[in-house]
Amino acid sequence: MNKVFMSGNHTIGEAAIRAGCKCYFGYPITPQNELGEYMAANLRQAGGVFVQSESETAAINMVVGAAATGARVMTSSSSPGISLKQEGLSFLAGFELPAVVVNMMRGGPGLGNIAPAQGDYFQSTRGGGHGDYRTPVLAPASVQELADLTIAAFDLADTYRTPVLVIGDGMMGQMKEPVVFPEPVKTFPEKEWALKGRGDGPSRYLASLILDGLEMERHNWKLVRKYQEIAAREVRYELYMMEDAEFAVVAYGTTARIAKGAIKRARKDGVPVGLIRPITLFPFPDKIMREIAHRIKHFLVFEMSTGQMVEDVKLALNGRAEVAFHGRPGGVIPTPVEFARVINRQYQRNYK
Amino acid sequence: MKLKNKWPKYYKQDVVTHYCPGCGHGIVHRIVAEVLEELDVGKRALLVCPAGCAVLAYHYFDIDVIESAHGRGTAIATGAKRANPNLFVISYQGDGDLSAIGTAETIHSANRGENMTVVFINNAVYGMTGGQMAPTTIIGQNTTTSPIGRDPEFDGYPLHITDVVAAFPGVVYAERVTLSTPGGIRKTKKAITNAFQTQIDGLGYSIVEVLSPCPTNWKMTPVQSCKWIEEEMSKEYKPGLLTDKREEKRKTKG
Repeated sequence: MNKVFMSGNHTIGEAAIRAGCKCYFGYPITPQNELGEYMAANLRQAGGVFVQSESETAAINMVVGAAATGARVMTSSSSPGISLKQEGLSFLAGFELPAVVVNMMRGGPGLGNIAPAQGDYFQSTRGGGHGDYRTPVLAPASVQELADLTIAAFDLADTYRTPVLVIGDGMMGQMKEPVVFPEPVKTFPEKEWALKGRGDGPSRYLASLILDGLEMERHNWKLVRKYQEIAAREVRYELYMMEDAEFAVVAYGTTARIAKGAIKRARKDGVPVGLIRPITLFPFPDKIMREIAHRIKHFLVFEMSTGQMVEDVKLALNGRAEVAFHGRPGGVIPTPVEFARVINRQYQRNYK
Repeated sequence: MKLKNKWPKYYKQDVVTHYCPGCGHGIVHRIVAEVLEELDVGKRALLVCPAGCAVLAYHYFDIDVIESAHGRGTAIATGAKRANPNLFVISYQGDGDLSAIGTAETIHSANRGENMTVVFINNAVYGMTGGQMAPTTIIGQNTTTSPIGRDPEFDGYPLHITDVVAAFPGVVYAERVTLSTPGGIRKTKKAITNAFQTQIDGLGYSIVEVLSPCPTNWKMTPVQSCKWIEEEMSKEYKPGLLTDKREEKRKTKG
């Protein structure tokens, strides 16, 4: 397929269909409505199922039902809607069912507004729903990456039998960029565990209720081992201008794009600064942070929140380097000029 | 006459019941298993179990089963049925599940006319959590959260959810039955058979509400429970056919 010019939300829809997504269940919420609309217009034609549910809670539980049959399924929402979906996310984790959940974050808490924000980092990376679980979280920073990571999310979900989050914000969803889609996926791994009716074989069940204490503990340890395996194998990140950097900025998603602009400006002012961009927020790229901390002693974290990912950076570094933070809590998109000013100030403070 | 002891194919034999003495779940489980066999749909069946006493239904049924979060049975059933229309999907739910926390899912799955069957066990009380008031608790009924009897002034009125959904165009078959007499149990089996056949024929949504005893939480003997269903509960929730649009749907299906 040739390069096309497409919005982020439409791109996720097209990528999902190409990734073999057969079912989409969702409830409208800004700023991700174009994704549901794209699925309504195109998924049925592609032989799939689109249902506009009565609520986010219903949507995620429809996802549970469809995922249980072995289909590739997706839902999407924005912050307040994702809060409602946390119930189902916890069940998907407990049932060990694969699904892709897109969150185009907005300002909050509460209804907040529809401006880009990154206030759902904790909710996304700490499980969010009840219980001891994690979900892989992918944070694209371009429309092309929205396509690539949506497809990767379906594969990750199937590989590990887990819900996978793709998180962006209104800017990621609404902006248009050139994108090249890979060829549609045609073959999928066989899901032996899927509920398709017992046929002549033994019956199967998916349950998250485990009354026996030791058995419950075994199930929880099994989940932990899975998350450890994901943490060991699925870390993704980008290093930008880090080869000769003496000072590191850490940012993801929209904020990372703005940070790149700021870094270009700061470099012109002679500041040897680079960017570490986590692409997976869980698993967090902590190993590369520690490696960089051998030579760089100052990190600066940018977020569109009052400081959430900064905790993961500190955990990763565990005292090996100083960590500063600059954030805007949603409602206003920071500018490259603002970030460049903060970079310059930090550099002057730490190195001059 | 020679009695033939025939155990239903899809009902596991080696399970010790976890239900209380006099509970209706065992009867309905057996009926569901019998009808699955009689209509030959057990091999492609998916049972969605509720949070509540029947959450452990996978111990009893020898068919594919998935649990549900409280109230979400028909949403899960919708996802499963839409993803795989060949599945025969049953959502088995209690009154707290179906008519309180799951009201939205119940109303909208019914209104979409999802081609699935709901088996609705109404015992007018929250069983598993220890006997709290349900939306279906009748006026004057004592529960742990209506200790002096349900008073509409404070607690609102009993919710007739099956009557509500029976009015929807997508609901093809709705019947209320009771387990309080042998005749009622026979009617229950007939109603469940009709409801299952509705789904097999692809006609749309079917629901059977079963008035079912909960001796433990009603603080009665099983015999008293059946009597209470007959004399009190059946007055609030009259057994009988609530809607049957099967012929009409068959015609429009052509």
